Amino acid sequence: MRGLLKLTLIGIKLYLREPVAFFFTIIFAPLMLLLFGSVYGNEPNPLFSGRGTVDVMVPAYIGIIIVTVSLLSIPINTASARESGVLRRFQAAPLHPLAYMTSELISNLVVTVLGVLFLILIGRLVYNARFNGNILSVSAAFLLGTFAFFFLGYLIAALAPTARTAEAVGMILGFPMIFFSGASVPWEILPSGVRAFGRYLPLTHLVSLLKGLWFGDPWSQHLHEVAVLLAILLLGGAIGTKLFRWE
Amino acid sequence: MNLVIEVVDLHKSYGPIRAVDGISFQVEEGEIFGMVGPNGAGKTTTIECVEGLRRPDRGIIRVLGLDPHRQRYEVRQRIGIQLQEASLPRRLKVWEIMDLFSSFYRRHVEWLPLLEQMGLNDKLNAYFESLSGGQKRRLFIALALLNDPEIVFLDELTTGLDPQARRAMWDLVREIRAKGKTVFLTTHYMEEAERLCDRVAIIDRGKIIALDRPENLIRSLGAEQRVVFNTSESVEEKLRQVPGVVRIERIGERVIVYGQGDRLLSELINFLEKARINFWDLRFEQPSLEDVFLALTGREMRD
Repeated sequence: MRGLLKLTLIGIKLYLREPVAFFFTIIFAPLMLLLFGSVYGNEPNPLFSGRGTVDVMVPAYIGIIIVTVSLLSIPINTASARESGVLRRFQAAPLHPLAYMTSELISNLVVTVLGVLFLILIGRLVYNARFNGNILSVSAAFLLGTFAFFFLGYLIAALAPTARTAEAVGMILGFPMIFFSGASVPWEILPSGVRAFGRYLPLTHLVSLLKGLWFGDPWSQHLHEVAVLLAILLLGGAIGTKLFRWE
Repeated sequence: MNLVIEVVDLHKSYGPIRAVDGISFQVEEGEIFGMVGPNGAGKTTTIECVEGLRRPDRGIIRVLGLDPHRQRYEVRQRIGIQLQEASLPRRLKVWEIMDLFSSFYRRHVEWLPLLEQMGLNDKLNAYFESLSGGQKRRLFIALALLNDPEIVFLDELTTGLDPQARRAMWDLVREIRAKGKTVFLTTHYMEEAERLCDRVAIIDRGKIIALDRPENLIRSLGAEQRVVFNTSESVEEKLRQVPGVVRIERIGERVIVYGQGDRLLSELINFLEKARINFWDLRFEQPSLEDVFLALTGREMRD
């Protein structure tokens, strides 16, 4: 138990010690918010049903942070830890794979939450961004989406033969999602052709769910998204833990 | 003597390659047991099966009376493992590594004195990636000793180290044994096995081809010893009477005496002294474990 706690804290420290990961997880989304906020402001906009640009960007950008951690960091980190022999050194200690996985999940969750909280803080302080939802509902959706994406990331790491492949696959899946799911460019202004493609991206469902709940939609309006994310969570979790290997 | 490791008929294949092909041996409490052989002989596969890191295809393994596969967490609480190849997160600091791994064990020693012993106490705040190869190796040995283990497994402890570091490692292994621990090591340096191990198993192509104390292995070879010295006098005929002498070669002032038996050297020196023969630069050359290995496998080591 003490080992699990230590390992989790170390995981958080290690993540934040990597300058690139730190930037894209903690700094990038709030920076974008400031950049586009300074261009468009946060005046009510009929395109966003009377909400401001910053209002809708805050929940959408949560999706960028989740993809950064789950698809841009987890696959390469996990696969290179396996490739370089870090996992073998842990395996040689009396450490259960489940304990290792748990600490990994928690530490990645913590850095994601840090990024999201910083984003919300900037939106709130600088633009007085609106929130009309229920905190518990939004948190539940956030946890569902985050863990679904984490398991996707671990699945990539488990299936990829090398760290380089894991990194490439993570990027190939991650970047289009950031651009074509409404996470960075608002869904409302994406061309219909891009939307037709975007509908097949898991992140589109997560962003739609988060945005909906953020502004007070009931869960019943988003059952489709919940079903997709739940399916990824269960499948990714089951296959990912089954395929976990120390080397 | 208590047996701390028992291996019976161990088999492990990787696809068509039989890495370990029916190996049996026992390790006694408090000894330094070495497994030597060329690279690819099956040493690492064997030691990793015993550590419980690999699952054997067939065979029985007992470590401290436990099954290292089924009872792996219990076994790993009580053994220390230094892997041939391992790494740690590059931005983890030395003190964090020791602190973290301490938390995995029910019982552990103070890690600061351990780092001092390994000469790493001035590296507490250094990142793992900034350590030299030798420092990383010492850190991994510190990790292997962290839980005050009953058995320490050292896989290719000195590969890639310079001669000074290698000798320092040998001293360290002797110190570990002096504390009452059992050491199971692998090496592909025959000299290392000969100088360090109480008993040595020579392994080649997945099988143990000899297992005994190094001196017994060498004696069993029955190879000739050599006494080499310089003299200006004509001694060849006289030396043939010395017990144990088989043949003599002479190159200028240098005389090479080939012979057998434990008393060859003393008989020879006695003879030279009594006959008042003036000699200098005398040295005695014994067959080594490498000679045994080459005699048994009939070919050069593959590196």
